[in-house]
Amino acid sequence: MLVWSRSGRMLIWAAFALVFGVLFLAPLAVILLSSLADQWNGVLPSGLTFEHYTDVAQGAAWKAVKASLITGFLASALALVSGTWAALALRIQDATLARVLGVLFFIPSAVPSVSVGLGLLVAFSHPPLLLNGTIAIVMVAHFVLISAFTFGNVSAGLARLSPDFEQVASSLGARPAYRLWHVTLPLLAPYLVAAFGLSFALSMGELGATVMVYPPGWVTLPVSIFSLTDRGDVFAGAALTIILVAATLVLLLGLERLAGRQTR
Amino acid sequence: MADAAVLPATPAARRAPGRFWIVPPAALLALLFFYPLALIVQQAFLDDSGMANVAEFVRVLHARFFLNALINTITISVAATAGCLIVGLVLGLILAFVPFPGSGVIARLIDTFIALPTFLVTLAFTFIYGSAGMLNAGLMEVFSLQAPPVDFLYSTWGVVLAEVTVYSPFVLRPLLAAFSLVDRGQIEAASVLGARPFRIVRQVILPAAVPALIAGGSLCLLLTVNEFGIVLFIGAKGVITLPLLIYSKAIQESAYQVACIIAVINIALSLGLFGLYRFAAGRLGV
Repeated sequence: MLVWSRSGRMLIWAAFALVFGVLFLAPLAVILLSSLADQWNGVLPSGLTFEHYTDVAQGAAWKAVKASLITGFLASALALVSGTWAALALRIQDATLARVLGVLFFIPSAVPSVSVGLGLLVAFSHPPLLLNGTIAIVMVAHFVLISAFTFGNVSAGLARLSPDFEQVASSLGARPAYRLWHVTLPLLAPYLVAAFGLSFALSMGELGATVMVYPPGWVTLPVSIFSLTDRGDVFAGAALTIILVAATLVLLLGLERLAGRQTR
Repeated sequence: MADAAVLPATPAARRAPGRFWIVPPAALLALLFFYPLALIVQQAFLDDSGMANVAEFVRVLHARFFLNALINTITISVAATAGCLIVGLVLGLILAFVPFPGSGVIARLIDTFIALPTFLVTLAFTFIYGSAGMLNAGLMEVFSLQAPPVDFLYSTWGVVLAEVTVYSPFVLRPLLAAFSLVDRGQIEAASVLGARPFRIVRQVILPAAVPALIAGGSLCLLLTVNEFGIVLFIGAKGVITLPLLIYSKAIQESAYQVACIIAVINIALSLGLFGLYRFAAGRLGV
């Protein structure tokens, strides 16, 4: 305890509540309130309504939710496979090469998402590699952007893994493939689930690369929120944002419980 | 990643065939990421007929719209990072050293902000600080004003405030990890000996927090330079950053070469900051 006097502590907590309230709590509360607002011309809305939710449910909402979930799932699954593969394969490289390659696998997270989208447009707009205008280019963009996070999470998990289990397994005569499948991967499982959850959440909120490459008919949640608010339909945009936040949180909490069950 | 490199490789794993397992994921990344990246660089220096041409590159470099976007990007990034460091440090100090019932839950709640889309905050800010927002409506009612008095949202400062909200968790996270290693006994001893809280923070806590501040700060610089959603959603004519300029040149004007030239500069800036972050994080062991 740094501050001993009661009044001092109260003062500090009040300051904390102010900063936390203004910066973090207010935005979430206001989005929720505006998604339910009837008319909002004064300090508070004049009344509450579910109209915006029914409006977006009749409109593009379900298509957008579906597009976001499918994109997020496929991109995260591919990123999980390739990230885990890369992290495991790097362990059996010599140290210098592993360090260089490790940095290369991280670089996609450092490049602005809009440039990733631009690069895909430039590279894949002509046959034989024609992806522009297809759904696949959205998946590829999301995969590239989240791959570094998956790789990073799995690498961190591998580094924390005690090598004893694997060494015991191989001294007992387990072949590499058996050891990987029955020892290493089960030990890694909590990290894999966490990595999948984080990349899914990042994919659900991705905007920069998606607006560059999305084809008509595959409008993800963030893109349709942007087109709603850009048209001035801010309340419907808020309702769709709440749907996005709720979907992301349900997903993260569900996966967290799954990871918790696996460690037990 | 650096830790993975020092893991002792088992003798069985040292055998040569295993080395080629890295090829599939590396090839995938090369095709989907590094090849497009190389094409951006190539496009930036080639004109329509496919000849090498640096003139267009130089022209864009001297163009007003580019210089404005560059200055905006750097101003916003530096100001937002400074804000993140201050907010992160203040919240971190309180959460770690003046904890209150429920402070653990609050820390986790702030952490989940990392997983939420960045434009959410901008959208919320238009309801709070926008010209028809809560704050302006309240002030106009109380002081019976004719025009909305608060007008910072559609400026650089609106973007900065939104980015501080979104990115201060990236400072808070390593800070809380660093604070958890600070010896509580040392703090209690200092305060029993009569040291004032401010002095304890300066002499005991801050030195332990410097590595986390440098790592978190350089990560914030990188993320704020790359930020797109917040700037797009604010949609202010005067606030154009490099990522937004790339988007508008490529998608709205179909000027792909100009977009590629700006992207090359933006990527170079980002990779420089990424290098700084890796150096800071690796050097300081965060």
